[in-house]
Amino acid sequence: MKNGRYIIGRRALLRGATLGGSALILSGCDALNESDTFRSALRTAETLNKAAHRSLMDRAALAPEFAASDISPIFKTNGSLTGTSAEYLAHVGNKFADWTLRIDGMVAKPMDVSLETLRAMPSRTQITRHDCVEGWSSIAKWQGTPLRLLLQQAGLSARAKYIVFHCADSYGAQPYYESIDLIDAFHPQTILAWGMNGEMLPVKYGAPVRLRVERQLGYKQAKYVMRIEATDDLTKFHGGKGGYWEDVGDYEWYAGI
Amino acid sequence: MANNKVQRHKATTRIWHWLNAIALTVLLMSGLMIFNAHPRLYWGEYGSREDRAWLEIDDTRTTGFLKIGSTTLETTGVLGLSLGADENVRRVAFPGWATIPTGYNLGAARRWHFAFAWLFALGLTGFMAASLLNGHIRQHLHIRRTEWAVGNIWSDIKNHARLRFDAHNAGTYNILQKFSYVGVIFILLPLMIFTGLAMSPAMNAALPWLHDIFAGRQSARSIHFICATLLFSFVLLHLVMVLLSGPINGIRSMITGNVRQAPQGDMTGVES
Repeated sequence: MKNGRYIIGRRALLRGATLGGSALILSGCDALNESDTFRSALRTAETLNKAAHRSLMDRAALAPEFAASDISPIFKTNGSLTGTSAEYLAHVGNKFADWTLRIDGMVAKPMDVSLETLRAMPSRTQITRHDCVEGWSSIAKWQGTPLRLLLQQAGLSARAKYIVFHCADSYGAQPYYESIDLIDAFHPQTILAWGMNGEMLPVKYGAPVRLRVERQLGYKQAKYVMRIEATDDLTKFHGGKGGYWEDVGDYEWYAGI
Repeated sequence: MANNKVQRHKATTRIWHWLNAIALTVLLMSGLMIFNAHPRLYWGEYGSREDRAWLEIDDTRTTGFLKIGSTTLETTGVLGLSLGADENVRRVAFPGWATIPTGYNLGAARRWHFAFAWLFALGLTGFMAASLLNGHIRQHLHIRRTEWAVGNIWSDIKNHARLRFDAHNAGTYNILQKFSYVGVIFILLPLMIFTGLAMSPAMNAALPWLHDIFAGRQSARSIHFICATLLFSFVLLHLVMVLLSGPINGIRSMITGNVRQAPQGDMTGVES
């Protein structure tokens, strides 16, 4: 039967097997990806990653800091380029003169802190790298108030586990928000930045204040922070996963990778 | 005619080989999806759309291209611009048939990647430890002084070029095999792990020296991509060699551990 019609050429067979094989793998992977059981199995790796990071590093281990000459010529803008609420836009018009940061939730003394007061507090300046989940990085100099000072002033409850950041920007009807645990909240490099590269923080980078939590990815660095809320339960906020991208894009809540 | 069964691969080698094949396939394909989120590579600490990339994959809306340095290569249909399963044009760097998941989903791709990275890293560590203890490294991978001789290397290159694989030495690797296996196991695979760790902002705080040795996070990302490309090339070459040197015997030996060694004259089943 040489060259007969029942014989499939070796090349065609190989090609068929390769295409068929990869189609099988791909549709299998997509199907697995839709399965809740499989997704939660993958998610256990996130827990493992966080546990590994936390056991490998001192809770105060610092993210690398750089020299002024390392600062990116242009820091890439990303996400929202302005807050969207009417209240926020009024503050922009007024150069944030009447703006206050609300600190409440599980604290003994809920507070409203003006930008002036915030800037008069002890501050930390750091040149750090901003790493986007997409893969790019930009370096800038940030100046701001250590978050721990504000939490201490407000009298953080011993029952609080997380700090939630409510923001003035939104995607459609969904407001941006983020959250971190207390290890990161009390980390020396975790600041509410009001200065960038020696100037007042520009609107497109999150004015009047944005969060810097330097050991995690860009989507944790909430811009346009209006209110800080201490809580012991993240599930009661919006989609329940502790952040806008965690809710909408299924990103990991722990963004140390 | 009775064939002699010869033990060729130890159990630890076989188990790791297949686990690693699964891990690397998932890591490559989910990695390509992650790359699609920002298909540009840089040297140094920082790099974004605002900076110059040494490699980029992009499209002009009608054509796809790969740009390395100042050289642009049109890659329409595969890189930059391709057809999705629904026949719609997709403006992504790597096409859906090469990525996990097939559609754009950065959150899911990262989950796959970081879960299978554990299988990969623990598997490699276990394989290295076992191979050190059971003699695999000493017996099969260690390159002896005589093997470094230019004459030996040259004659092996000639043998490979003539597709002549010496069946009588089944059970030992030739010098080109040793070079490629040692290079993959002890250089490329560990580099994938370390450059991967060096991209993590938390790991940068935990082990600052790690990103220093790669001269910055974006350099580590570039090296990660280059090593992935080299590993992919190795796998392709490896598969070609398996096909050329007797795929049935080769694959069987990686499953059962045994290779059938025919008496004089048979030239199959050495490469695997």
